[in-house]
Amino acid sequence: MDWLFLTEVILSGLMTGVMYSLVALGFVLIFKASGVFNFAQGVMALFAALALYDFLAPEGWFNQLFGFTLPVPVAIVATVGVMIIVAWLIERLVLRHLVNQEGIILFMATIGLAYVLEGTGDILFGSDVKPLDIGLPRGAHDYLLDGYGIYIEKLEIIAAATAAVLVTVLAIFFQKTRIGRALRAVADDHQAALSVGISLRTIWVIVWAVAGIVALVAGIMWGSKSGVQFSLSLIALKALPVLILGGFTSVPGAIVGGLIIGVGEKLAEIYVGPMVGGAIENWFAYMLALAFLLVRPQGLFGEKIIERV
Amino acid sequence: MTTRKQIGDVVLAVDNISLTFGGVRALTDISFEVRAHQVLSIIGPNGAGKSSMLNVINGFYHPQKGLITYRGVTRKQMRPHEAARQGIARTFQNIALFKGMSTLDNIMTGRNTLMKRNLLWQALRRGPAEREELAHRERVEQIIDFLEIEHIRKTPVGKLPYGLQKRVELGRALAAEPTLLLLDEPMAGMNIEEKQDMSRFVLDVNSEFGTTIVLIEHDMGVVMDISDHVVVLDYGRKIGDGPPDEVRNNQTVIDAYLGVSHD
Amino acid sequence: MLYRETGQYKTSYQADQAIFPIAQDRWFIYGVIAFAVLVVPFLLDGYLVNAVMLPFLIFALAALGLNILTGYCGQLSLGTGAFMAVGAYATYKLVTSFPDLNLILVVLLSGLVTAAVGVLFGLPSLRIKGFYLAVATLAAQFFLIWMFYKVGWFNNYNMTGQITMPTTHLFGAQVTGPGAAPATRYLFCLGFVMLFALAAKNIVRGRVGREWMAIRDMDIAAEIIGIRPLQAKLSAFAVSSFYVGMAGSLYFGVWLGAAEPGEAFGIERSFLVLFMIIIGGLGSVMGSFFGAAFIILLPLVLKNVMVDGIGVEVVTAKHIEITLMGVLIIFFLIVEPHGLARLWQIAKEKLRLWPFPH
Repeated sequence: MDWLFLTEVILSGLMTGVMYSLVALGFVLIFKASGVFNFAQGVMALFAALALYDFLAPEGWFNQLFGFTLPVPVAIVATVGVMIIVAWLIERLVLRHLVNQEGIILFMATIGLAYVLEGTGDILFGSDVKPLDIGLPRGAHDYLLDGYGIYIEKLEIIAAATAAVLVTVLAIFFQKTRIGRALRAVADDHQAALSVGISLRTIWVIVWAVAGIVALVAGIMWGSKSGVQFSLSLIALKALPVLILGGFTSVPGAIVGGLIIGVGEKLAEIYVGPMVGGAIENWFAYMLALAFLLVRPQGLFGEKIIERV
Repeated sequence: MTTRKQIGDVVLAVDNISLTFGGVRALTDISFEVRAHQVLSIIGPNGAGKSSMLNVINGFYHPQKGLITYRGVTRKQMRPHEAARQGIARTFQNIALFKGMSTLDNIMTGRNTLMKRNLLWQALRRGPAEREELAHRERVEQIIDFLEIEHIRKTPVGKLPYGLQKRVELGRALAAEPTLLLLDEPMAGMNIEEKQDMSRFVLDVNSEFGTTIVLIEHDMGVVMDISDHVVVLDYGRKIGDGPPDEVRNNQTVIDAYLGVSHD
Repeated sequence: MLYRETGQYKTSYQADQAIFPIAQDRWFIYGVIAFAVLVVPFLLDGYLVNAVMLPFLIFALAALGLNILTGYCGQLSLGTGAFMAVGAYATYKLVTSFPDLNLILVVLLSGLVTAAVGVLFGLPSLRIKGFYLAVATLAAQFFLIWMFYKVGWFNNYNMTGQITMPTTHLFGAQVTGPGAAPATRYLFCLGFVMLFALAAKNIVRGRVGREWMAIRDMDIAAEIIGIRPLQAKLSAFAVSSFYVGMAGSLYFGVWLGAAEPGEAFGIERSFLVLFMIIIGGLGSVMGSFFGAAFIILLPLVLKNVMVDGIGVEVVTAKHIEITLMGVLIIFFLIVEPHGLARLWQIAKEKLRLWPFPH
């Protein structure tokens, strides 16, 4: 047993897991606050990354319209602005009209939303792969490589750190602030929240904007790693197993779930994969989620649902 | 006044039923008997455990302690669909109709346990499946007639007013031709006329079909008028069990629930 | 004026329960069927068959299947693509192992195999609901596609992973394989679709259909009135997968002739069929047809208008198509969740009163 290799595989899995967690986090936010499973979260990450790229690149619309590109920090702020506008539009055009519909209808609406964002992104920015360089360090972490022979990219470490910060901030936000409480009320019961004076619309814009920002972070991490491309939106599908493991309403659950899926996938691929022809990563996460569903439907951290008649 | 009806043997006996949810004790050591052809009312303040008691009887809640004897067979618990197939039907406090279907279809679902033709016959339709469907449709139309809801038979139930929805739900329960009918606040939210209609239906069902009825009701006038027997619950415990007049004069019951009328 | 029901009294429950109680509707449907069977074969050319009629019929069948599961029984499935693959591969194995087997039997058996697989992946539905179930179907989707690629037995150890349909004949006419006449392929599919559309309508208006809808509307109440959730849900999975399997069989065998798992049966297919039943109308047999027609025709119309008409680039047209599809989904879910089928009903209601306003 090559322990070093195993360690590297596990670490690599953890890193991928963090990436999954970042995307899953956006799902949890929206689900926690509006009871909607936002299938478009992955596409939002893609869209955010595309917008960011546009602000930075000479070929982008921004440069063509205004004659200059933005420095990285300004570009990021500008993209946050874009995501807030997107959130506002989503609330105005879609969510407002679907208040109190069943979950399944809302879910299908977000599938439609995903298609709209994807198509619009393609039309505005083109569908070829774009490199995203915002100055994050590249290459392997020297200390770990030289000292222990383990290959971990610096980027992945930064992603892990960012995720940790994000989770802490969000956890505090939900538990301690007034708005956080309002968000939880809305997730529980739209009509009840309305009747105590919580403005559904404002809450939804806030939530989707925050989710958009989380999507941006995820988009930056993924985009820096492998370029901004369509496959980013497929991450949404991977987030489902993460959420099942972690529980749809739990922020720490999204992290833990992501890590478990990331590590599990890698281990399965490396050790079991060769026996059955490889590419197990395509379905392993889902089978794991399925097994979990049968044993513990609410996930590791989710709330158990009691049905009353 | 019609002839005195024959109250039969014990059809349902609950024995020392205790039910807990998490830390909440919903029912504690409840025992009582229901006899065939009886109308038995369960009364008590809100939260006393009345609905929970019905839920235990038809198998939706499983008590931690106690036994249920139904039609001679003693069990610790039943699955809801087993209860249904054994002849127990019920209505719900918050109407549990199938909102996507019409009145007719809702009541027809009540007949599902009695319909036998399998999928392939259904796909063919012509022949045995159609004959079965038509035979059951006739019975359902009789129930629709009885409940005076012909005019809304094709209306999706989601569009009906509350009082009519309750009637449709009663129809669905009757469609199963039950031995024991559990009614959870069948008159809640109704005005006097509607209550009179509903009481009439309940009494007719009891006298014409001989169905044993257990009902939860808050309107004391109705309870005293139509019940043969009354069980009183308070905080999950039984504090009264007897004919209406006896319960009405029971001091514990008066203190807990009935109060005294001031003239 | 034309559409009034005056004079049409129903004197029996049987007449009241007919699929088309209004006489005008009946004549309309007979007309459509006569047209489809007697006239259309002579109007067909290769292009029309390949680009419009066959995909329409096949996806109508698939949409019927998914509508049974999702629209009538309320179990969301994202695995339609993979189940079509099961049907296709079952057909391939049957035809290559038993070359003389009657093609009708092949399609039916493929459906049965898919039904069995459907029941297997439907078992989790007894414990999990809503879009948790969707995840289970996603597991089916990804796992099955992987399996068809990797396990050589399915594609007879073909290195490319592709399967090709050999030539087969039915009653003397060639139905599959290159060289089959458009009219023959069309009529073969039409036969299946008409027969099984009727079967579906019969099932959904009977006991089983009501059980499915009860589970969909309030499964707790359904159980309490005596419906066995196990049987109801699994029967929905079984029947739905049967239909989707047959659709997959026709998709591969009669329409495409060759297929490769990821591309032909990937998750995009699952979404496509889901969109068909959302737009067409959840819980409606007619709606499945409307939805299939709409989704099949949309890209063609767009292409004609945008690419050939205005001169937009093909790639951009594709992007616009994706965006438009998303917009339409959202539009229908907001404005008319019961889809085109309900719009059709409303139009008929208005027609009953025409030319009077109310």
